[in-house]
Amino acid sequence: MRRGALIRGGAGMVAAVGFMLAVGAWRSGDLPWQQQVTETVGTRGADLESMSWQLTSHEGERVSPQSWIGQTSLVFFGFTWCPDVCPMTLLNISDWLEELGPDADGLAVHLVSVDPERDTPEVLADYLSNFDPRISGLTGSPDEVAQAADDFNATYRRVPRDDGDYTVDHTAGVMVFDPDGRLSSIIDLHDDPKFAVPKIRRAMEREV
Amino acid sequence: MLKSTAAALVLATILPATAFAECVEVTQGNITVSAAWSRATIGTERPAVFYVTIRNDGGSDERLVGIETPVADMPMLHESVMENGAARMSHVDQIVIAPIDAVSLEPGGYHGMLMDLQTELVEGTTFPVTLLFEKSGPVTIDTAVLPLRAREAACEEAL
Repeated sequence: MRRGALIRGGAGMVAAVGFMLAVGAWRSGDLPWQQQVTETVGTRGADLESMSWQLTSHEGERVSPQSWIGQTSLVFFGFTWCPDVCPMTLLNISDWLEELGPDADGLAVHLVSVDPERDTPEVLADYLSNFDPRISGLTGSPDEVAQAADDFNATYRRVPRDDGDYTVDHTAGVMVFDPDGRLSSIIDLHDDPKFAVPKIRRAMEREV
Repeated sequence: MLKSTAAALVLATILPATAFAECVEVTQGNITVSAAWSRATIGTERPAVFYVTIRNDGGSDERLVGIETPVADMPMLHESVMENGAARMSHVDQIVIAPIDAVSLEPGGYHGMLMDLQTELVEGTTFPVTLLFEKSGPVTIDTAVLPLRAREAACEEAL
Protein backbone atom coordinates (compact mmCIF):
# COMPACT_ATOMS: atom_id res chain seq x y z
CA MET A 1 0.00 0.00 0.00
CA ARG A 2 1.11 3.56 -0.62
CA ARG A 3 1.86 4.88 2.84
CA GLY A 4 3.31 8.14 1.50
CA ALA A 5 -0.12 9.08 0.23
CA LEU A 6 -1.34 9.42 3.81
CA ILE A 7 0.77 12.48 4.32
CA ARG A 8 -0.61 14.23 1.27
CA GLY A 9 -2.79 17.16 2.35
CA GLY A 10 -5.59 16.22 -0.02
CA ALA A 11 -6.13 12.82 1.50
CA GLY A 12 -7.52 14.30 4.72
CA MET A 13 -10.04 16.39 2.84
CA VAL A 14 -11.15 13.49 0.72
CA ALA A 15 -11.50 11.30 3.80
CA ALA A 16 -13.56 14.02 5.50
CA VAL A 17 -15.93 14.21 2.53
CA GLY A 18 -16.17 10.41 2.52
CA PHE A 19 -17.06 10.48 6.19
CA MET A 20 -19.81 13.05 5.61
CA LEU A 21 -21.22 10.90 2.81
CA ALA A 22 -21.18 7.91 5.14
CA VAL A 23 -23.00 9.90 7.82
CA GLY A 24 -25.54 10.90 5.18
CA ALA A 25 -26.18 7.26 4.28
CA TRP A 26 -26.49 6.43 7.98
CA ARG A 27 -29.04 9.16 8.63
CA SER A 28 -31.17 8.34 5.63
CA GLY A 29 -31.37 4.71 6.83
CA ASP A 30 -30.00 3.41 3.54
CA LEU A 31 -27.52 0.99 5.03
CA PRO A 32 -28.67 -2.62 4.65
CA TRP A 33 -28.77 -3.41 8.37
CA GLN A 34 -30.91 -0.35 9.09
CA GLN A 35 -33.84 -1.87 7.27
CA GLN A 36 -36.70 -3.08 9.41
CA VAL A 37 -36.53 -6.78 10.18
CA THR A 38 -39.46 -8.82 11.33
CA GLU A 39 -38.99 -11.80 13.56
CA THR A 40 -40.45 -14.92 12.08
CA VAL A 41 -41.02 -17.33 14.91
CA GLY A 42 -43.27 -20.11 13.67
CA THR A 43 -44.45 -23.16 15.48
CA ARG A 44 -42.21 -25.59 13.65
CA GLY A 45 -38.56 -25.33 14.61
CA ALA A 46 -39.55 -23.63 17.82
CA ASP A 47 -38.58 -26.24 20.38
CA LEU A 48 -35.44 -28.38 20.63
CA GLU A 49 -37.23 -30.95 22.80
CA SER A 50 -39.53 -31.90 19.95
CA MET A 51 -36.74 -32.35 17.40
CA SER A 52 -35.29 -35.73 16.44
CA TRP A 53 -32.19 -35.01 14.34
CA GLN A 54 -28.78 -36.46 15.04
CA LEU A 55 -25.60 -35.00 13.57
CA THR A 56 -21.82 -35.38 13.87
CA SER A 57 -19.68 -32.49 15.13
CA HIS A 58 -16.43 -31.31 13.56
CA GLU A 59 -14.74 -33.14 16.40
CA GLY A 60 -16.44 -36.39 15.41
CA GLU A 61 -18.95 -36.50 18.27
CA ARG A 62 -22.60 -37.43 17.81
CA VAL A 63 -24.92 -34.59 18.82
CA SER A 64 -28.66 -34.53 19.40
CA PRO A 65 -30.93 -31.54 20.12
CA GLN A 66 -31.59 -32.66 23.70
CA SER A 67 -27.84 -32.28 24.44
CA TRP A 68 -28.24 -28.52 23.98
CA ILE A 69 -30.82 -28.13 26.73
CA GLY A 70 -29.41 -26.18 29.66
CA GLN A 71 -27.45 -23.64 27.66
CA THR A 72 -28.24 -20.89 25.18
CA SER A 73 -27.59 -22.05 21.62
CA LEU A 74 -27.07 -20.20 18.36
CA VAL A 75 -27.74 -22.24 15.22
CA PHE A 76 -27.32 -21.34 11.58
CA PHE A 77 -27.17 -23.17 8.28
CA GLY A 78 -24.37 -22.76 5.77
CA PHE A 79 -21.51 -24.52 4.01
CA THR A 80 -17.79 -23.99 3.70
CA TRP A 81 -17.80 -23.65 -0.09
CA CYS A 82 -19.97 -20.54 0.29
CA PRO A 83 -17.69 -17.57 -0.46
CA ASP A 84 -19.78 -14.55 0.52
CA VAL A 85 -22.69 -14.94 2.94
CA CYS A 86 -21.27 -17.68 5.20
CA PRO A 87 -17.95 -16.00 6.06
CA MET A 88 -20.02 -12.87 6.75
CA THR A 89 -22.28 -14.77 9.16
CA LEU A 90 -19.28 -16.37 10.88
CA LEU A 91 -17.64 -12.94 11.24
CA ASN A 92 -20.83 -11.41 12.62
CA ILE A 93 -21.10 -14.18 15.20
CA SER A 94 -17.42 -13.78 16.12
CA ASP A 95 -18.11 -10.07 16.76
CA TRP A 96 -21.12 -10.87 18.96
CA LEU A 97 -19.08 -13.36 20.98
CA GLU A 98 -16.37 -10.78 21.43
CA GLU A 99 -18.90 -8.20 22.62
CA LEU A 100 -20.48 -10.68 25.04
CA GLY A 101 -17.01 -11.36 26.46
CA PRO A 102 -16.88 -13.96 29.25
CA ASP A 103 -20.71 -14.17 29.16
CA ALA A 104 -20.37 -15.95 25.82
CA ASP A 105 -18.66 -18.89 27.51
CA GLY A 106 -22.10 -20.22 28.42
CA LEU A 107 -23.15 -20.15 24.76
CA ALA A 108 -23.08 -22.95 22.23
CA VAL A 109 -22.72 -21.90 18.58
CA HIS A 110 -23.39 -24.36 15.77
CA LEU A 111 -23.01 -24.21 12.01
CA VAL A 112 -25.12 -26.94 10.40
CA SER A 113 -23.72 -27.75 6.96
CA VAL A 114 -26.19 -27.95 4.09
CA ASP A 115 -23.43 -29.51 2.00
CA PRO A 116 -22.70 -32.85 3.71
CA GLU A 117 -21.18 -34.22 0.51
CA ARG A 118 -18.18 -31.88 0.77
CA ASP A 119 -18.34 -30.77 4.41
CA THR A 120 -17.07 -33.80 6.29
CA PRO A 121 -16.23 -33.35 9.99
CA GLU A 122 -12.54 -33.00 9.02
CA VAL A 123 -13.29 -30.32 6.39
CA LEU A 124 -15.44 -28.41 8.89
CA ALA A 125 -12.69 -28.57 11.53
CA ASP A 126 -10.12 -27.24 9.07
CA TYR A 127 -12.37 -24.38 7.95
CA LEU A 128 -13.65 -23.38 11.39
CA SER A 129 -10.10 -23.18 12.76
CA ASN A 130 -10.03 -19.77 11.03
CA PHE A 131 -12.89 -18.40 13.15
CA ASP A 132 -13.87 -18.10 16.82
CA PRO A 133 -13.03 -21.45 18.45
CA ARG A 134 -16.40 -21.46 20.23
CA ILE A 135 -18.16 -22.07 16.88
CA SER A 136 -18.68 -25.76 16.22
CA GLY A 137 -19.66 -27.42 12.95
CA LEU A 138 -22.27 -30.14 12.43
CA THR A 139 -22.71 -32.45 9.48
CA GLY A 140 -24.03 -35.92 8.71
CA SER A 141 -25.44 -38.08 5.97
CA PRO A 142 -27.68 -36.30 3.44
CA ASP A 143 -30.71 -37.81 5.23
CA GLU A 144 -29.51 -36.65 8.63
CA VAL A 145 -28.97 -33.10 7.36
CA ALA A 146 -32.40 -33.12 5.69
CA GLN A 147 -33.97 -34.18 8.98
CA ALA A 148 -32.18 -31.39 10.87
CA ALA A 149 -33.25 -28.75 8.33
CA ASP A 150 -36.82 -29.98 8.53
CA ASP A 151 -36.78 -29.90 12.34
CA PHE A 152 -35.43 -26.33 12.34
CA ASN A 153 -37.86 -25.28 9.61
CA ALA A 154 -34.86 -24.34 7.47
CA THR A 155 -34.62 -24.81 3.73
CA TYR A 156 -31.72 -25.54 1.40
CA ARG A 157 -31.46 -26.38 -2.25
CA ARG A 158 -28.58 -27.70 -4.27
CA VAL A 159 -28.08 -25.60 -7.41
CA PRO A 160 -25.93 -27.08 -10.21
CA ARG A 161 -23.53 -24.79 -12.01
CA ASP A 162 -22.55 -24.80 -15.68
CA ASP A 163 -19.17 -26.39 -15.02
CA GLY A 164 -20.60 -29.43 -13.23
CA ASP A 165 -19.92 -28.00 -9.80
CA TYR A 166 -22.74 -26.82 -7.53
CA THR A 167 -23.66 -24.25 -4.92
CA VAL A 168 -26.35 -24.40 -2.21
CA ASP A 169 -29.07 -21.86 -1.45
CA HIS A 170 -30.02 -21.93 2.21
CA THR A 171 -31.82 -20.28 5.12
CA ALA A 172 -29.49 -17.55 6.36
CA GLY A 173 -30.70 -16.34 9.76
CA VAL A 174 -29.13 -17.24 13.10
CA MET A 175 -31.62 -18.97 15.40
CA VAL A 176 -31.30 -18.28 19.12
CA PHE A 177 -32.57 -20.97 21.52
CA ASP A 178 -32.90 -20.34 25.24
CA PRO A 179 -31.65 -22.86 27.84
CA ASP A 180 -35.11 -24.47 27.95
CA GLY A 181 -34.69 -25.28 24.25
CA ARG A 182 -37.27 -22.80 23.03
CA LEU A 183 -36.66 -20.59 20.02
CA SER A 184 -36.12 -17.11 21.45
CA SER A 185 -35.41 -15.10 18.28
CA ILE A 186 -33.89 -15.17 14.82
CA ILE A 187 -31.08 -12.77 13.95
CA ASP A 188 -31.28 -11.84 10.31
CA LEU A 189 -28.15 -11.44 8.22
CA HIS A 190 -28.87 -7.77 7.67
CA ASP A 191 -30.09 -7.10 11.21
CA ASP A 192 -28.55 -4.05 12.84
CA PRO A 193 -25.57 -5.47 14.79
CA LYS A 194 -26.63 -3.50 17.87
CA PHE A 195 -29.82 -5.58 18.13
CA ALA A 196 -28.06 -8.93 17.83
CA VAL A 197 -26.33 -9.02 21.20
CA PRO A 198 -29.45 -7.95 23.18
CA LYS A 199 -31.37 -10.75 21.45
CA ILE A 200 -28.78 -13.25 22.66
CA ARG A 201 -28.76 -11.75 26.15
CA ARG A 202 -32.54 -12.00 26.29
CA ALA A 203 -32.33 -15.74 25.63
CA MET A 204 -29.53 -16.12 28.19
CA GLU A 205 -31.55 -14.36 30.89
CA ARG A 206 -33.89 -17.33 31.00
CA GLU A 207 -31.07 -19.29 32.58
CA VAL A 208 -31.91 -19.91 36.22
CA MET B 1 21.67 7.33 7.55
CA LEU B 2 21.48 3.94 9.19
CA LYS B 3 19.48 5.48 12.00
CA SER B 4 16.90 7.05 9.70
CA THR B 5 16.56 3.80 7.75
CA ALA B 6 15.94 1.96 10.99
CA ALA B 7 13.40 4.59 12.03
CA ALA B 8 11.65 4.28 8.68
CA LEU B 9 11.52 0.51 9.08
CA VAL B 10 9.99 0.82 12.54
CA LEU B 11 7.48 3.33 11.19
CA ALA B 12 6.68 1.02 8.29
CA THR B 13 5.86 -1.83 10.64
CA ILE B 14 3.80 0.33 13.01
CA LEU B 15 1.79 2.24 10.42
CA PRO B 16 -0.42 -0.60 9.15
CA ALA B 17 -1.64 -1.25 12.69
CA THR B 18 -2.42 2.36 13.49
CA ALA B 19 -3.69 3.80 10.20
CA PHE B 20 -4.92 2.43 6.93
CA ALA B 21 -3.01 3.38 3.83
CA GLU B 22 -4.93 4.97 1.03
CA CYS B 23 -6.40 2.43 -1.37
CA VAL B 24 -4.70 1.69 -4.65
CA GLU B 25 -6.89 3.06 -7.40
CA VAL B 26 -6.79 2.84 -11.16
CA THR B 27 -8.47 5.41 -13.39
CA GLN B 28 -9.30 4.92 -17.03
CA GLY B 29 -11.47 7.50 -18.75
CA ASN B 30 -14.44 8.19 -16.50
CA ILE B 31 -14.01 5.03 -14.46
CA THR B 32 -11.98 4.67 -11.27
CA VAL B 33 -11.65 1.31 -9.55
CA SER B 34 -10.22 1.03 -6.04
CA ALA B 35 -10.08 -1.01 -2.84
CA ALA B 36 -9.84 -4.38 -4.59
CA TRP B 37 -9.59 -7.21 -2.09
CA SER B 38 -10.19 -10.90 -1.66
CA ARG B 39 -9.99 -13.47 1.12
CA ALA B 40 -7.30 -16.08 1.56
CA THR B 41 -8.42 -19.54 0.50
CA ILE B 42 -7.81 -22.99 1.93
CA GLY B 43 -6.40 -24.79 -1.09
CA THR B 44 -7.97 -24.34 -4.52
CA GLU B 45 -11.18 -26.34 -4.29
CA ARG B 46 -13.42 -23.59 -2.97
CA PRO B 47 -14.32 -20.53 -5.02
CA ALA B 48 -12.69 -17.26 -3.96
CA VAL B 49 -14.34 -13.85 -3.79
CA PHE B 50 -13.51 -10.49 -5.31
CA TYR B 51 -14.65 -7.16 -3.88
CA VAL B 52 -13.97 -3.71 -5.33
CA THR B 53 -15.34 -0.17 -5.52
CA ILE B 54 -16.13 1.39 -8.91
CA ARG B 55 -16.72 5.10 -9.42
CA ASN B 56 -18.21 6.59 -12.56
CA ASP B 57 -17.33 10.28 -13.09
CA GLY B 58 -18.90 10.33 -16.55
CA GLY B 59 -22.23 11.74 -17.65
CA SER B 60 -23.85 8.45 -18.61
CA ASP B 61 -24.30 4.90 -17.29
CA GLU B 62 -21.33 2.56 -17.39
CA ARG B 63 -21.68 -1.21 -17.18
CA LEU B 64 -19.36 -3.78 -15.66
CA VAL B 65 -19.97 -6.78 -17.91
CA GLY B 66 -17.37 -9.25 -16.67
CA ILE B 67 -14.12 -9.94 -14.85
CA GLU B 68 -10.98 -11.87 -15.77
CA THR B 69 -8.07 -13.04 -13.66
CA PRO B 70 -5.17 -15.44 -14.15
CA VAL B 71 -5.92 -17.06 -10.76
CA ALA B 72 -9.33 -18.48 -11.78
CA ASP B 73 -10.60 -20.09 -14.98
CA MET B 74 -14.21 -19.23 -14.32
CA PRO B 75 -14.67 -15.80 -12.77
CA MET B 76 -18.24 -14.53 -12.66
CA LEU B 77 -20.25 -11.62 -11.33
CA HIS B 78 -22.66 -12.71 -8.62
CA GLU B 79 -25.10 -11.19 -6.20
CA SER B 80 -26.12 -12.58 -2.84
CA VAL B 81 -29.87 -12.19 -2.59
CA MET B 82 -32.07 -12.71 0.46
CA GLU B 83 -35.53 -14.12 -0.23
CA ASN B 84 -37.88 -15.17 2.56
CA GLY B 85 -34.96 -15.56 4.93
CA ALA B 86 -32.95 -17.70 2.51
CA ALA B 87 -29.65 -16.68 0.94
CA ARG B 88 -29.26 -17.33 -2.73
CA MET B 89 -26.47 -16.47 -5.12
CA SER B 90 -27.49 -15.36 -8.53
CA HIS B 91 -25.38 -14.75 -11.57
CA VAL B 92 -25.56 -11.17 -12.86
CA ASP B 93 -24.88 -10.27 -16.48
CA GLN B 94 -23.91 -6.71 -15.73
CA ILE B 95 -23.61 -4.19 -12.92
CA VAL B 96 -24.71 -0.67 -13.81
CA ILE B 97 -22.80 2.29 -12.38
CA ALA B 98 -24.91 5.44 -12.73
CA PRO B 99 -23.31 8.76 -13.70
CA ILE B 100 -21.45 10.49 -10.84
CA ASP B 101 -22.05 7.48 -8.65
CA ALA B 102 -20.12 4.61 -7.12
CA VAL B 103 -20.97 0.94 -6.72
CA SER B 104 -19.23 -1.39 -4.31
CA LEU B 105 -18.89 -5.11 -4.72
CA GLU B 106 -19.00 -5.97 -1.01
CA PRO B 107 -19.90 -8.79 1.40
CA GLY B 108 -23.59 -9.69 1.26
CA GLY B 109 -24.23 -8.01 -2.09
CA TYR B 110 -22.53 -7.92 -5.47
CA HIS B 111 -19.27 -9.83 -5.59
CA GLY B 112 -16.92 -11.47 -8.02
CA MET B 113 -16.94 -15.24 -7.66
CA LEU B 114 -13.62 -16.77 -8.69
CA MET B 115 -14.38 -20.35 -9.61
CA ASP B 116 -11.99 -23.04 -10.87
CA LEU B 117 -9.26 -21.46 -8.81
CA GLN B 118 -5.82 -22.18 -10.28
CA THR B 119 -3.78 -21.23 -7.25
CA GLU B 120 -4.31 -20.92 -3.51
CA LEU B 121 -4.79 -17.28 -2.51
CA VAL B 122 -2.27 -16.56 0.21
CA GLU B 123 -2.79 -13.77 2.74
CA GLY B 124 -0.50 -10.80 2.13
CA THR B 125 -0.10 -11.40 -1.60
CA THR B 126 -1.84 -9.66 -4.51
CA PHE B 127 -3.19 -10.82 -7.84
CA PRO B 128 -4.48 -8.90 -10.85
CA VAL B 129 -8.15 -8.73 -11.78
CA THR B 130 -9.29 -7.15 -15.03
CA LEU B 131 -12.72 -5.52 -14.95
CA LEU B 132 -14.43 -5.42 -18.33
CA PHE B 133 -16.46 -2.24 -18.86
CA GLU B 134 -18.86 -1.73 -21.72
CA LYS B 135 -17.60 1.75 -22.63
CA SER B 136 -14.29 2.19 -20.84
CA GLY B 137 -12.90 -1.22 -21.78
CA PRO B 138 -10.69 -3.39 -19.57
CA VAL B 139 -9.25 -1.98 -16.35
CA THR B 140 -6.76 -4.06 -14.37
CA ILE B 141 -6.21 -3.63 -10.63
CA ASP B 142 -4.01 -5.39 -8.08
CA THR B 143 -6.19 -7.22 -5.59
CA ALA B 144 -5.02 -7.62 -1.99
CA VAL B 145 -5.48 -11.05 -0.41
CA LEU B 146 -6.69 -10.43 3.16
CA PRO B 147 -7.23 -12.97 5.97
CA LEU B 148 -10.22 -15.32 5.74
CA ARG B 149 -11.69 -13.24 8.57
CA ALA B 150 -11.54 -9.92 6.70
CA ARG B 151 -14.82 -8.09 6.19
CA GLU B 152 -13.61 -4.98 4.35
CA ALA B 153 -10.68 -3.57 2.44
CA ALA B 154 -7.64 -2.88 4.60
CA CYS B 155 -7.16 0.60 3.18
CA GLU B 156 -8.78 4.01 3.26
CA GLU B 157 -11.12 4.65 0.37
CA ALA B 158 -10.68 8.10 -1.10
CA LEU B 159 -14.13 8.15 -2.66
